[in-house]
Amino acid sequence: MEEIVNSIDQADYLPFEDKVAGIDRQIKELYHLSSLKGIDYSAEIRRLQKEQVAEFKRIYSDLSAWQTVQVARHPKRPLLNDYLDSMVKDFRELHGDRCFGDDRAIVTGFGQIGREKVLVVGQNKGRVTKEKIECNFGCANPEGYRKALCKMRFAEKFGLPIVTFIDTPGAYPGIGAEERGQAQAIAVNLMEMSGIRVPIICIVIGEGGSGGALGIGVGDRMAMLEYSYYSVISPEGGAAILWRDGSKAELAAESLKITSKELYKLGLIDSVIREPLGGAHRSVHDTVYNVQNYIVKTIRELKRKSIEVILEERYQKLRNIGTDATVIMSAKAEKRPEIKSIKAAKRRSSVETLS
Amino acid sequence: MAKNNTSNWNGYSLKPRKDMPEGLWVKCPSCENMLYRTAVEANMDVCAKCDHHFRIPASKRIKYLADEGSFDELLANMTSNDPLNFKFRGTSYKNRIAENEEKSNAVEAMRIGKAFIKGRGVMLAVMDSSFLMGSMGAVVGEKFCVAVDTAIEDDLPFIVVCCSGGARMHEGVVSLGQMAKTSAAIKKLDSAGGLYIPILTDPTTGGVTASFAMLGDCIIAEPKALIAFAGPRTIAETIKVELPEGFQRAEFLVEHGFVDMIVSRKEMRKELARMIDYCKK
Repeated sequence: MEEIVNSIDQADYLPFEDKVAGIDRQIKELYHLSSLKGIDYSAEIRRLQKEQVAEFKRIYSDLSAWQTVQVARHPKRPLLNDYLDSMVKDFRELHGDRCFGDDRAIVTGFGQIGREKVLVVGQNKGRVTKEKIECNFGCANPEGYRKALCKMRFAEKFGLPIVTFIDTPGAYPGIGAEERGQAQAIAVNLMEMSGIRVPIICIVIGEGGSGGALGIGVGDRMAMLEYSYYSVISPEGGAAILWRDGSKAELAAESLKITSKELYKLGLIDSVIREPLGGAHRSVHDTVYNVQNYIVKTIRELKRKSIEVILEERYQKLRNIGTDATVIMSAKAEKRPEIKSIKAAKRRSSVETLS
Repeated sequence: MAKNNTSNWNGYSLKPRKDMPEGLWVKCPSCENMLYRTAVEANMDVCAKCDHHFRIPASKRIKYLADEGSFDELLANMTSNDPLNFKFRGTSYKNRIAENEEKSNAVEAMRIGKAFIKGRGVMLAVMDSSFLMGSMGAVVGEKFCVAVDTAIEDDLPFIVVCCSGGARMHEGVVSLGQMAKTSAAIKKLDSAGGLYIPILTDPTTGGVTASFAMLGDCIIAEPKALIAFAGPRTIAETIKVELPEGFQRAEFLVEHGFVDMIVSRKEMRKELARMIDYCKK
């Protein structure tokens, strides 16, 4: 418990955590007083610390969708680099898409996770301003997606499993990105990733923003950190389009069902990876530990299967997305008058020669 | 321009102008000429003066593409069961579907079926922008995959008329998943050696462009069609820069190497038939 409280001290508090922040201030004051006047407040401090943990548990056991978005965007949330530093041994970064350039928003390279040699593909948002600008705030350009595919083909050739870390507000909407075919780059990734002949594990570690996330997010397993989000559109964008009011982001977040819990319930993701109490930023170590365990366990599980089985299961998994969200209506059959038998049409239309 | 002035002053009188009988004339959004509707329709909904291609619903598209009466529709009555139970602005997704059904006389944003084009058998999928902006939800994805399966089974060329605002937000990640689903289906078609021709019409944006629309063996676009990943408004808002003239139009995509050819609506049948003949094994 000591450890939790210590790490809490350094963290920034989110608006909905103000009660915890208040307790934290009290504890600090007591520490200050005890050192100043030499009075022993340790019993009182212990009581407050217990209260603080209880309060954290209460808040985080029932986090709303918008609060989850805030946790996922927390400035101290572990980013790709934190995972690379503390989980991936011997990381060898591979640069460039062999075509246009090297997009810093997507990092690719070989490394070891546990005892497994893998290709890591991850989106990097950057921590400090300079780094943020360099990685375009995690918004990849087409060359980023092409780089990812290029390295995935490399890994495929030598049988290395692929682990992707998703953390992006979305693919970059810019003039250059459009000119170089943002849509085409993502589309090709989706198509090719469905057939890459090595296991692919995708993990949403922060923001899973729309097509930009999906561009490296097609695989055999899709996992999410507990307080990350994954959505078809950013809550702000959804609010602007569906509610015609950008300030309704909170409502949009709720309605779009973007939290790991909701998506797991809908069967759209395979696993939820637990985060430490109070979110991943309270303890990078614990978060990385949980993620690493998940990766190692899943790779072992997938390696037991033949690649043909893996590919067939991957295809079936993709093929069945949303199939149960469709129904056939029976009443409206007469609405389509122009349906005629194809045999009759065949009789009528012989192959015309072209002039 | 006085034309757009909200006051009644038309240069001669302040009396309100007599309204035109509805539906008899249409105004071309490009050259602003008034056109006689029957004449436009006879011209495949193309402006005779400036070659502007009007947006048309799926039923007309099928009429203009397929041999008469040859379209044999599959899964005509498939609809979404609202996986997220989505409610917004005092209405719900289910209501919006019902409203759109009334308004556009279409059940979903895509229709699929076997058809003949100049006597050549094809699997045809046509998107309908009049239904919730042609957005791709679970039904569109499922119909698309069934069409691909049928095309593989019967060894038919697969032709898709794309026309969509992107993923259907009312279905959340389910609709996002359709991008992966349709792309995986195209991969399967590709491995089976099937011919796939997407026809990009105005507008093709978002999740549809970033999945099956850009994966064709031969990608055809209609003249001046808007083809984009992020729509021009999104880009203008994000980067606060005025966009160049003709940005994200079909001609722009040809110039940048993402579309094979631009074919006008009147030539489409002929060009498709020719392409199918070239790719016959």
